[in-house]
Amino acid sequence: MFAGYSAGELTAIFAMQGFAGLILFSVFVLMALGLAIIFGQMGVINMAHGEFMILGAYVTYLVSNTFATHLPDLFSIYFFVAMALAFLASGALGMLVEWGLIRHLYRRPLDTLLATWGLSLILQQIYRSVFGAREVGVTVPNWMMGSLPLTDMIEVPINGLFVMALAVGISVAIYALMFRSRWGRQVRAINQNRVMAGAVGINTERTDRLTFGIGCGIAGVAGSAFTMIGSTGPTSGQLYIVDTFLVVVFGGAGSILGTIASAFTISQAQSVLEFFLSGSMAKVITLLVVVGILMLRPQGLFALKLRK
Amino acid sequence: MTDFSKPKTPGMSRRAVLAGGAALTASLFAPRGLRAQDFPTAAVNTTGLAVTDSTVTIGILHSVTGTMAISETGSVQAEKLAIEQINAMGGVLGRKIQFIQEDGASDWPTFAEKARKLLVNDKVASVMGCWTSASRKAVLPVFEQHNGMLYYPTFYEGLEQSPNVIYTGQEATQQIIAGLDWVNQTKGAKSFYLLGSDYIWPRTSNKIARKHIENFMEGCEVVGEEYYPLGHTQFNSVINKIKLRKPDVIYAIVVGGSNVAFYKQLKAAGIDPTKESPIVLTISVTEDEIRGIGGENVEGSYACMKYFQSLDNPNNIEFVKAFKDMWGADMVIGDVTQAAYLGPWLWKAAVEAAGSFDIDKVREASPGIELPTAPEGYVKIHENHHLWSKTRVGRARMDGQYDVVFETADLVEPNPFPEGYQ
Amino acid sequence: MQIDRKTRFLTREEAIYFGLLAAVIFLILPLALDSFRLNLFGKYLTYAFVAIGLVLCWGAGGILSLGQGVFFGLGGYAMAMFLKLEASTPEATAIQSTPGIPDFMDWNQITALPWWWEPFNSLAFSLIAVVIVPVAFAFIIGVAMFRRRVGGVYFAIITQAIAAILTILIIGQQGFTGGVNGITDLRTLKGWDIRTDEAKEILYFVNAVLLFACLFAAQYVRRSKLGRLLIAMRDQEDRVRFSGYDVASFKIFVFCLGAAFAGIGGAMFTLQVGFMSPTLVGIVPSIEMVIFAAVGGRLSILGAVYGTLLVNWAKTTLSESFPELWLLGLGALFIAVVMFFPNGLAGLWSEQVMPRLRKLFAGRGAGARPPAAPVPANSASAPDSPAAKAAAE
Repeated sequence: MFAGYSAGELTAIFAMQGFAGLILFSVFVLMALGLAIIFGQMGVINMAHGEFMILGAYVTYLVSNTFATHLPDLFSIYFFVAMALAFLASGALGMLVEWGLIRHLYRRPLDTLLATWGLSLILQQIYRSVFGAREVGVTVPNWMMGSLPLTDMIEVPINGLFVMALAVGISVAIYALMFRSRWGRQVRAINQNRVMAGAVGINTERTDRLTFGIGCGIAGVAGSAFTMIGSTGPTSGQLYIVDTFLVVVFGGAGSILGTIASAFTISQAQSVLEFFLSGSMAKVITLLVVVGILMLRPQGLFALKLRK
Repeated sequence: MTDFSKPKTPGMSRRAVLAGGAALTASLFAPRGLRAQDFPTAAVNTTGLAVTDSTVTIGILHSVTGTMAISETGSVQAEKLAIEQINAMGGVLGRKIQFIQEDGASDWPTFAEKARKLLVNDKVASVMGCWTSASRKAVLPVFEQHNGMLYYPTFYEGLEQSPNVIYTGQEATQQIIAGLDWVNQTKGAKSFYLLGSDYIWPRTSNKIARKHIENFMEGCEVVGEEYYPLGHTQFNSVINKIKLRKPDVIYAIVVGGSNVAFYKQLKAAGIDPTKESPIVLTISVTEDEIRGIGGENVEGSYACMKYFQSLDNPNNIEFVKAFKDMWGADMVIGDVTQAAYLGPWLWKAAVEAAGSFDIDKVREASPGIELPTAPEGYVKIHENHHLWSKTRVGRARMDGQYDVVFETADLVEPNPFPEGYQ
Repeated sequence: MQIDRKTRFLTREEAIYFGLLAAVIFLILPLALDSFRLNLFGKYLTYAFVAIGLVLCWGAGGILSLGQGVFFGLGGYAMAMFLKLEASTPEATAIQSTPGIPDFMDWNQITALPWWWEPFNSLAFSLIAVVIVPVAFAFIIGVAMFRRRVGGVYFAIITQAIAAILTILIIGQQGFTGGVNGITDLRTLKGWDIRTDEAKEILYFVNAVLLFACLFAAQYVRRSKLGRLLIAMRDQEDRVRFSGYDVASFKIFVFCLGAAFAGIGGAMFTLQVGFMSPTLVGIVPSIEMVIFAAVGGRLSILGAVYGTLLVNWAKTTLSESFPELWLLGLGALFIAVVMFFPNGLAGLWSEQVMPRLRKLFAGRGAGARPPAAPVPANSASAPDSPAAKAAAE
């Protein structure tokens, strides 16, 4: 398929394709980080993760409308405000859900899975009633669209750069929180031994609520960022769900590094396959390989060496 | 080729204005309204349909919930508008239309189940409904078994011709060929990259496009063909492939949420449709979809279909006004919405031509039924139950509307089983 | 306690419950409903096959599969392939460029029947495939997962991914599978028109008989040593393992059994609805089937049938009158069942209704009835909060 192209063209294409893979990687990281925290640290499967993302997207939509009508001068920076609000909105909803629903089900992970699926249906219907069944168009500031020409051939999409920067930023922030903050220490302590953690005076309930809130808040930020590259509608959250879960499970629960490594592996595999095959086949093969590896190594790439 | 249209279209305009106006402002039309007592129920309904002395019941069957609700909402609105207008001008054979609305819930077995309910339990005289091919395929055996009449609004892949369906949207050859010829002749495009969501409509449409490009357009070639799963949101790889192949035209049949992702990423990757290098030509993006994608991302791309909201004719201006009065000023109207609007009107015309609600008589009367008041302009039902209609090319504007840049001179004949394209 | 009661196939109380369900399905529904509604309930009952399998796997075995739609779909597709080939005679498909093959193949420029479609010309092969294909698939998944001691949430997510893969595969290979549209327009079974009202009524009863066969099979498993081992594994897997039992084999067996039930249900679905499509394979239907079992009571095979009927009936009725409310209702149902009624309808019956009824009868001083056992008839040996233990694995 490469006959008739100059070496320069091919280099450029491969460079851009590598970059496409990195963008996909960043998207996966953003999707999966929030879920990884919740699943890894609390053992809770949050099937409504996609809906928390879409809440962030709708917040972005509202903020963009508000800025367009009331503060047109500041429109070019509204996105940062929107992301902060998306974090707060999704995080607050997450804490509410933890309080009303999840905390009653900590000992029944399969049941949280069903309950959060129910929650996702309810949220979808609420979005539909409030924002309408149609997708909403989120206007992105001009400077975020378009591309940076590096050479004649190589062009880098700015929104891709933005997503990558965000993925790196959030990963670093999570790492810092996890290993450098009081909350992180508490979370890790609870994860290792809930009863003992409680016994030494850690308020496990509060920590759980905060953890769930932060995980959902990150989903909200991801959803906010995805308005640049994807659609915002009541059911858009469903588009991400399978990929997200696979990334987390493939990475191995309890390991944020594993989640990042698995996002990298899956995204690169898919991106390369997409280039040589049709999109549908690339997807099927990627998923098959992931499931195949999971069957051989069920605890994921980076599992803690524990056996029940 | 289109002996129907030639004599009619020029002389039509004034009558169309009058009729169009009348259709939409009921009082004017009242004198021509038919009175129910002239058509005794026993005579116009010999098969036990839901027809009384003063009412007739029809069904509306679309998805109000689920993933397809996004697309089907407009169709429901258009059908309700048409029903209200028909009732305001006296109904059908003097009977007011009542409707029973069922939710297909974006789920094909549910569509089949609800279709059976409408036909068997509710005995509706006709059904306006379905959107996706899959839902139509699911209800088709039901309609054939229970002898119902379905008015199906979506542009679709063709390869079907049922006595129990009137297809008010375009079939694939009607929609595709004129647009390809146009882009070739006016823009000098020679190479095409075909891209689509992975299901039957894009695949069949691209098959027809490929056959046409390779067999009927001199010196033209297809340099790539590619499909992505429904709901896919990452298009950077295919965009790179497009950059490598450097086609003159990206022929995109991406649907649903993927559409939004595709256009946003296309623009972000430096392929700005307004630069027309390459040209982006689509048959799947109506004004409805642009609301989700954002006008600034689609601006400059071309769409090929039969109706655009910006069409400048008196029928359409009335229609757009009535639609916005009923559903809100911020509504937009896409190709399928308009085709859905035609359904009740075509059914009314066929019933009145037949002088009966009986399905068999309506079916017999349907071929040749004309609708000069259609917002898209004069249309007529073909023997094969599809519509003769014009094909148009529009260029997307920043505000989410299309400028019509091309329109076929004649009505295009529907050809659901095209020779030479199989 | 009362070993003999457990080893008997049916206790007297259970026999009454089975009889009641039989009366509902064989008498009350057919008499009370018109042909259209009866066909609807026939469709619901096909989901009940899946729900029964889930009760065995999930309620008794603690294995939650979110991919039961896969097996339902495989069974349904096997049936649909046979029916489609029968409907695609050269005469019926004369309009195609290649007559004699299914219409969707012709639309996708396939000019000859693929080799793996050929055996489906035979009804016997197809009927065997309805059961064998899902079972074989379940066996592969089961061996890969259970031998490596994958369970709980991991198993749920992986089965969900498998459902997603199969859906994408079916949709992507539309020349061989019919794609999104599925395999539609099925007409006759060995010349017998399956679309008439009469045929649909007969199919309803065939379906009901098969359902009872599966119910009895499930009951047999639960009453057998295997059934008790399953519950023991659910509650304390390691102890069972250390007692020398091969835990994985039991899990594989029950997972395959659930798949077989689902396959039969899928085939009956195809026959009664007249088509099969990938929307029945994917994630959403798979997880909805779990809720049928949960509403009925994850420990009760009869409850699963009632739960399936109730949820689907509510779905049809609610979505007829308030389409917008349906999703809210379904979502609330998921949450309510998990939070407040973990044992579903069967739990409500045995914990709330039965004691009150007994009190009522006792209060009247009838005393004719012997005091029934406090154990809910259909649920297994009923630990204090079985659901919690089932899930806490």
